[in-house]
Amino acid sequence: MIARARSRLFAHLWLILGLIVVAFPIYYVFVASTHSLQTILRPPLPLLPGDQFLANYSEALFGGVGRIGGVGVGTLLLNSTIVALGIAIGKIIISLMSAYAIVFFRFPLRMVFFWIIFITLMLPVEVRILPTYKVMVDLNLIDTYAGLIVPLIASATATLLFRQFFMTIPNELLEAARIDGAGPWRFFKDILLPLSATNIAALFVILFIYGWTQYLWPLLMTNSNSMNTIVIALRKMISFADADTEWHLVMVTCILAIAPPILVVVLMQRWFVKGLVESEK
Amino acid sequence: MNRATFPHKFLPYLLLLPQLAITVVFFYWPAGQALRQSLLREDAFGLKTQFVGLSNFKRVLADPAYVNSITVTVVFSIATAFISMAVALLLAVQAEKVIRGKTFYRTLLIWPYAVAPAIAGMLWLFLFNPSFGTLAYPLRLMGLNWDPLLNGPQAMTMIIMAASWKQISYNFIFFVAGLQAIPRTLIEAAAIDGATARKRFWTIVFPLLAPTSFFLLVVNTVYALFDTFGIIHAVTGGGPGKTTETLVYKVYNDGFVNLILGDSAAQSVILMVIVIALTAIQFRYIERRVHYG
Repeated sequence: MIARARSRLFAHLWLILGLIVVAFPIYYVFVASTHSLQTILRPPLPLLPGDQFLANYSEALFGGVGRIGGVGVGTLLLNSTIVALGIAIGKIIISLMSAYAIVFFRFPLRMVFFWIIFITLMLPVEVRILPTYKVMVDLNLIDTYAGLIVPLIASATATLLFRQFFMTIPNELLEAARIDGAGPWRFFKDILLPLSATNIAALFVILFIYGWTQYLWPLLMTNSNSMNTIVIALRKMISFADADTEWHLVMVTCILAIAPPILVVVLMQRWFVKGLVESEK
Repeated sequence: MNRATFPHKFLPYLLLLPQLAITVVFFYWPAGQALRQSLLREDAFGLKTQFVGLSNFKRVLADPAYVNSITVTVVFSIATAFISMAVALLLAVQAEKVIRGKTFYRTLLIWPYAVAPAIAGMLWLFLFNPSFGTLAYPLRLMGLNWDPLLNGPQAMTMIIMAASWKQISYNFIFFVAGLQAIPRTLIEAAAIDGATARKRFWTIVFPLLAPTSFFLLVVNTVYALFDTFGIIHAVTGGGPGKTTETLVYKVYNDGFVNLILGDSAAQSVILMVIVIALTAIQFRYIERRVHYG
């Protein structure tokens, strides 16, 4: 048993080392966000938070970041929130609808439609950048929320996940509902939706993060700074060659850009792990 | 099993309509255009297009810059997948051993999943930037001429670190799930027979994790190929020179920044083939997992 205790001690040491590697960069940016610009520019930066927390955060939130990117951090957070929620909710709704049609109805070309949806897995944005951009220009969708959201809500993964789950619903449930006179909408709303609640919650967490961390798509779809998501805006603020970058404000923006998805992961950890492990099946 | 269904004839089409409309307009149509473009050549003014067969592909594949970006992508993907999986496996195995603080470790190890790749890149660039990066400072004190913005291999090292760092959490979650599925009795039996911890790991745990590892290998390759665009765009911009220009970055740069349409389309089609191959591998494997439990 002594050997066991020692191996556990080593395990703790490894994990602490891992925590330092994994959590340190995030912690350190938070530290940087609480120091003055002068302190940040004179390495090494202290390991503990400084006393500029209130000053930096209020400066960033009330106009400071506006000086760098031309747009307040509030607008950027709002844009990211709209895009992330739009993508998550939109994907869940249209995937529920298609999975419902494919599992609970029989109609000509059913499997053809299934494969059409499935094959989109093989066509990520990266393999069709220019033509997709052209479609967006033709449809006047550049610099609109619809342009940032709609093309990303077609999802083979979510449809497959719901299809998989719907197929485990016992036939008796549907038969009983039909005997009681329930139509498709009634069955969906009163039986299927409540049963799918955990799956929807799990998927929501994953999709919210997916939406929040989008990069290439918003980069292509936005020209005007006021439509930027916070991730893209942050990229535009940073210039390592430029001595005038207000690093303390950039650091605050960085923390604000990663805090919402991290909170979602930490607070909804159980759904998150479930969603991640299941949506990859 | 025969599925009980609703008799409606028209409703299912209506339900499928939104997804199909989006799929056709934003996926199939542009992908078809990419295919078509890849076979055409446009003159400098966009007035005349001409069918040129596979000559765009021939030119792209003969281009040293493209060959360079293939090499860059291979080095980057292998290094990122290997480092992030190795670190995650080590941490998952240790997390299985401890009794106290399990949830604490787990929670703190999974947050980087929520960090956008581009921001992960910026975090590392902040720590390691040559002028005031806190971790660049000791490197310079040790006499290393550290400047990832000017030195190719150093830039590569940095984006590999950032990309692997971001992916550790994901792999960690899957390795923990994989480890939990291994029957304890097997490991205990080996321990009674006198196998050391090291031997138990390499002869029992590691082989039984093979399905998880293989799955993660595919996912990490896809991640390194596509999702890391943000890191490269935010940190190095493909430079210095072309030392960190991956295939995806090159498609973006040639098509969107330099507007070389035919070449960019041919590159898109090559990428499409890579994705199709990877997806096929992934689903073949999953098919097996479904059958054998």
